[in-house]
Amino acid sequence: MTPVLELRNITKRFPGVLANDHINLTLEEGEIHALLGENGAGKTTLMNILYGLYKADEGEILVRGKPVEIRSPSDAIALGIGMVHQHFMLVPVMTVTENIMLGAEVTKFGPFLDRAAAAQRIRELSRTYGLEVDPEAYIKDLPVGVQQRVEILKLLYRKADILILDEPTAVLTPQEVEELFEVIRSLVAKGNSVIFITHKLKEVMAIADRVTVLRRGRVVGTTRPEETTEEELAAMMVGREVSLVVEKKPARPGDVVLSVRDLHVRDERGEPAVRGVDLDVRAGEIVGIAGVQGNGQTELVEAITGLREPEKGTIHIKGVDVTWASSRQFFEQGAAHVPEDRQRDGLVLSYPVRDNLILNMYYKPPFAIGFRIQEKPIEENARRLVQEFDIRTPDIYTPVANLSGGNQQKVIVAREFSRPIDLLVASQPTRGLDVGSIEYIHKRLVAKRDEGCAVLLVSSELDEIMALSDRIAVMYEGEIMAVIPAEEATREQLGLLMAGVRPEETSEKAQAPAA
Amino acid sequence: MSTQEKKRQEHNKEQQPAEAAKTLPWWRVVLDVALLPFLAIITALALSSIFIIISDTELLALWRHVFSEPGVVLSASLKKLELSYGALISGGLGNPSAIWDGLRTWIQTGDSTKLITSLEGIDRTLVYSTPYIFAGLAVALGFRCGLFNIGVEGQLFVGAMAATYIGYSIKGLPMLIHLPLALTAGALAGAIWSAIAGLLKAYTGAHEVVTTIMLNYVAFRLSDYMLTGPMKRSGFNPVSPPVEKSAWLPKLAPDPLRFHAGFFLALIVAYFVYWFLWKSTWGFEIRTVGANPNAARYAGMSIAKNFILAMAVSGALAGLSGTSEILGVNHFMAQAFSSGYGFDSIALALLGKSHPLGVVLASLLWGFLRAGATRMQSAADIPIDIVQIIQGMVIVFVAAPALVRMIWRIRAIAEEGETIFTRGWGT
Amino acid sequence: MAPGTLDWATIRHRYLRREQVLGIVYLLFAIAIWTLFLPHVEAGAKAKFGLNVVTGVKPIPVPDLVVPARETILLLGFIAAFMGGWQLSRGFKEPQALLAVLLVIFLLAFLVWATAGKSFNLTGMLASTVLRATPIAFGALSGVWCERTAVINIAIEGMMLSSAFTSVVIASATGSPYWGLLAAIVTGAVLGLVLAVLAIRFRVDQIIAGTAINIFAIGLTSFLSHSWLSVRQDLNAAPNFKPIPIPLLAKIPVLGPMFFDVNLIVYIMFALVIITHIILFHTRWGLRMRAVGEHPKAADTLGINVYLTRYISVTIGGIIAGIGGAYFTLGSVGRFDEVMTAGKGFIGLAAMIFGKWTPIGGFIASFIFGLADALQVKMAILRVPIPSEFLLMAPYLVTIIVLSGVVGRAVPPAADGQPYVKE
Repeated sequence: MTPVLELRNITKRFPGVLANDHINLTLEEGEIHALLGENGAGKTTLMNILYGLYKADEGEILVRGKPVEIRSPSDAIALGIGMVHQHFMLVPVMTVTENIMLGAEVTKFGPFLDRAAAAQRIRELSRTYGLEVDPEAYIKDLPVGVQQRVEILKLLYRKADILILDEPTAVLTPQEVEELFEVIRSLVAKGNSVIFITHKLKEVMAIADRVTVLRRGRVVGTTRPEETTEEELAAMMVGREVSLVVEKKPARPGDVVLSVRDLHVRDERGEPAVRGVDLDVRAGEIVGIAGVQGNGQTELVEAITGLREPEKGTIHIKGVDVTWASSRQFFEQGAAHVPEDRQRDGLVLSYPVRDNLILNMYYKPPFAIGFRIQEKPIEENARRLVQEFDIRTPDIYTPVANLSGGNQQKVIVAREFSRPIDLLVASQPTRGLDVGSIEYIHKRLVAKRDEGCAVLLVSSELDEIMALSDRIAVMYEGEIMAVIPAEEATREQLGLLMAGVRPEETSEKAQAPAA
Repeated sequence: MSTQEKKRQEHNKEQQPAEAAKTLPWWRVVLDVALLPFLAIITALALSSIFIIISDTELLALWRHVFSEPGVVLSASLKKLELSYGALISGGLGNPSAIWDGLRTWIQTGDSTKLITSLEGIDRTLVYSTPYIFAGLAVALGFRCGLFNIGVEGQLFVGAMAATYIGYSIKGLPMLIHLPLALTAGALAGAIWSAIAGLLKAYTGAHEVVTTIMLNYVAFRLSDYMLTGPMKRSGFNPVSPPVEKSAWLPKLAPDPLRFHAGFFLALIVAYFVYWFLWKSTWGFEIRTVGANPNAARYAGMSIAKNFILAMAVSGALAGLSGTSEILGVNHFMAQAFSSGYGFDSIALALLGKSHPLGVVLASLLWGFLRAGATRMQSAADIPIDIVQIIQGMVIVFVAAPALVRMIWRIRAIAEEGETIFTRGWGT
Repeated sequence: MAPGTLDWATIRHRYLRREQVLGIVYLLFAIAIWTLFLPHVEAGAKAKFGLNVVTGVKPIPVPDLVVPARETILLLGFIAAFMGGWQLSRGFKEPQALLAVLLVIFLLAFLVWATAGKSFNLTGMLASTVLRATPIAFGALSGVWCERTAVINIAIEGMMLSSAFTSVVIASATGSPYWGLLAAIVTGAVLGLVLAVLAIRFRVDQIIAGTAINIFAIGLTSFLSHSWLSVRQDLNAAPNFKPIPIPLLAKIPVLGPMFFDVNLIVYIMFALVIITHIILFHTRWGLRMRAVGEHPKAADTLGINVYLTRYISVTIGGIIAGIGGAYFTLGSVGRFDEVMTAGKGFIGLAAMIFGKWTPIGGFIASFIFGLADALQVKMAILRVPIPSEFLLMAPYLVTIIVLSGVVGRAVPPAADGQPYVKE
């Protein structure tokens, strides 16, 4: 049988990077083919080529045995290829119907939109595939899980039968992931073929018929889940043996450093995002906040670090009320913050490494005396930190924009970890990094804990939370569902809590914020 | 590396020529920095030939015969261009042989009149460039904070009004007190006027581009009112009383030359702006807010404070621009005393890459253009508005290096047109 | 400042929420109305507002509106105070619409004060409001077309000025205002295309590109006006569009002279408001435009040509600005003066923002700006004891007030001003 899709020798170069190096891949009809690789391995680039967003430098694409040229997404759509992007391609201020029909509008009397007819078709599709969604709802009002359904409906509406799902589980709870897998299986059962992009081994084992592993833009191998193990796949993915666990000694918690009481915070749109959070973090422990993205973690961290004014409640650091403090005052209390979006908040990309390393200390001696900037101490500081934290940069004058993601994060870590701190708030500290950088940052976090620093870790990667935390707080819709000692926590239990299910048995230790 | 990351990298690679420069050999730096503005000017001047030709209605009529008598038409056009650009150069720089002649006469006979007249071109260039330096610095400083101050013209009027008032209303003060007082008044008035836009931006999100333009019109009406009412000199014309001699910027050359101390003041201020932006914590904050307001907030800087501060300093510089013109050249205020320095300043800041040194050089060039264009108007009958046409083109070329690259087929020009000042209308 | 003390952030957060600030602003309006106008009106003075016009097609006559000045001002102040109180205690759903109402109330109070003991033709002023709102509305519409696809068009002013110039020259040369209008359209289209190429192809910062076009337009029109029009006065004497009364409708009192007895360009403006609204919200093209403005990448992944959409929309925006430019000359006195647009293009932008990037909202906002402008002109007739220069500031001050009062809330298209980079 001819495969529905075949990629031959696809090569793509970006300035200085070989993103895809002669990649071959086949997709059989009715198959779920996982594309596994760590961040930066070239998975997304490959799929963007397939979807007509990039142009390959070499190689050819065959759809149902015929060579095709895909120059734009329209070509891909015409060939029945559809893609759910990692970052959803939905217009928040438009309705579900408008988003789905966009580009393939149903019209009447010439150019006029026929929203009712389109909504009708969407309802039919919803029923057929069990993808419940209200066509009249605005995207901005829908939870991420439902938004993902809209994305899948978008493909089905266009009659796509080759479906590419790019990291579709990143924003879901373990239970929602199960539901998504059900949907995928039913799609395949109806004759569709699926390429499933991920960097999570467990998902590959759970859903894939076949798996192709990419590393640094090259295919390392193709295999079947039943013929391999997680460890083997991990080794293929990274190119060496990886220890999947973080080594750490038992925590010796000291005094409470960060104390949050009945905190309420609103988001940009004025909606309540954090509703009555109580939380304590002690010296020498890591408290991890688990939860699906968008459940108030961002706003909680912003409130603690002085970037967002809380509505009510209190925040104390070492007994000092910092509820209304600015981020300057937060830092002055001996606290540090590794922000969620490093390029947006943590760095000035156009500034050299040197200046980014003093970004929040520029006004203090020895970097400034009065209002005069002192060049010498700044350069000495930069040279020292570049060495100590192994930041790979040509020199300290290079703009951080020219560094890799991992090294950019190291600049932030160097800046935040190098001064005496009692509290560290780290938000998604390893997002988008390669395994080497992830290991490095995990080690540094544990080391900080062992020095007696209180660490608040927020991550949407459940594995990371479970590997690093001493206690785990699960956040759902702005509330802390429970705080559980890490050694007692299980994936299933955390998954239920992340989905808002409050099991009776966890409730008694959940409420008291561990006095 | 994610694609977004890559995109942002491309965005930011060229934003900091000063820092990035350290890794390049010096001649590459000079080439990188100077080639684009140079070609932009050349291109704009070349294209302005078209406007010079069409401005001459007789010549334009002659062009109807371009196919029958191409030689006549072309030679007539070339003659016109020669006359025009000749006037431009002699107006802006003077005639070298006349200068040499004057110098010789002066050395031989001690009679300096010839030399002085021959230096008029250079004198005009320097005098014109003085307000340009201040105004260009004003826009450049705003750019560094991510603010687009189009209100320099209005701030300049308000500054000039304040300086004029202090200049004529207080009598009998020694120069050492009166002059600094008048300068401070001009700077302060400009600062307050533009701080309004800063305040509105910081606390209500009103976009500075629209508010400063509106404030321009308000400033113009205000000066109309002042000059026809409270500040009117007795007599028919709507002009202010003359400024006391004690508030004049000292004149540094004999009549009819106009060169005054304002030029040196401008250079000192340019150095101060450099120091402020790169060697002080305030400047660090302003630049950080301009480069990445989110990171600035993260680092504990107040965006509101820096918006207001940057607008105020920018306005002070704009105010000084008007003030130097009043105290150094005019010595009284009239309704149309500024010939659009405020608008020219946008081109200057872009041309000078928002760096004080660049702004000074661009201002000298602009002073030359303005001086030359004045001569062009009298000698070749070309309206002085040609300067604005050239300006519009220069801005486009500087902001779109790809365009210049396309015209000149040169690859050496770095891509850097992507610096984004625009952050929508809201935040 | 020690953490935890009652610092400014705390005060602002606890006591000065945006809703409250707005309420206080409304109350300030009330106080302003009472203190500025009330003390200067004699008790028993009446303000007489004529509702009939003497020019054009005379509508059915209606009696004049005579109101007691003091009482009316008092009442208007009360309405403002009540709105402030309501905003403070309950809060309105649409504070920016309320701000519009308040501005109108304030202008009315001003009018009553100025008219006290005199008589004033209200219909005449309203008709003049529509005329003065016309170029502003064109500016707002042009802005809507460009910014809905995320291209900021700050060059509206320059486009209007250039079109005003070309329309006069062509109309004078051909003797027909229609050719002039066509010239204006072409000029607007060309400049729109220039902006589009700079913003899309060359990814020039859009505000800088717009500023360059503005400077260029001011320079070129002044240059040509000096070199040509000063010599050839005959090229600066264009036939203009005359008011076209619509049968029956033009006879309606007050509304007739405002909306149904105006010239072609004003009718075009009315039509464009409605057409733009329909296209934007009810057609395929509009849906795509909005998607491109909000999330270009999403549109791209669905096979929509982001660049082409932007090119077309910005060019149409240029055409609309061009027609607006023709209004200054062909819709008015038929001659060109240097920098005659006097910031109307920028005010149009403010009207677009005030109108939340919608054509109808932009039109209503333009009407308020037009009202401020018309009032300023008519006040000279009433010999108000305010220097004319200050009255002339009114439209600009209103623009600043409106911008600072609402922009914090109005949400522009998400991708506004950002170039789209296709890999």
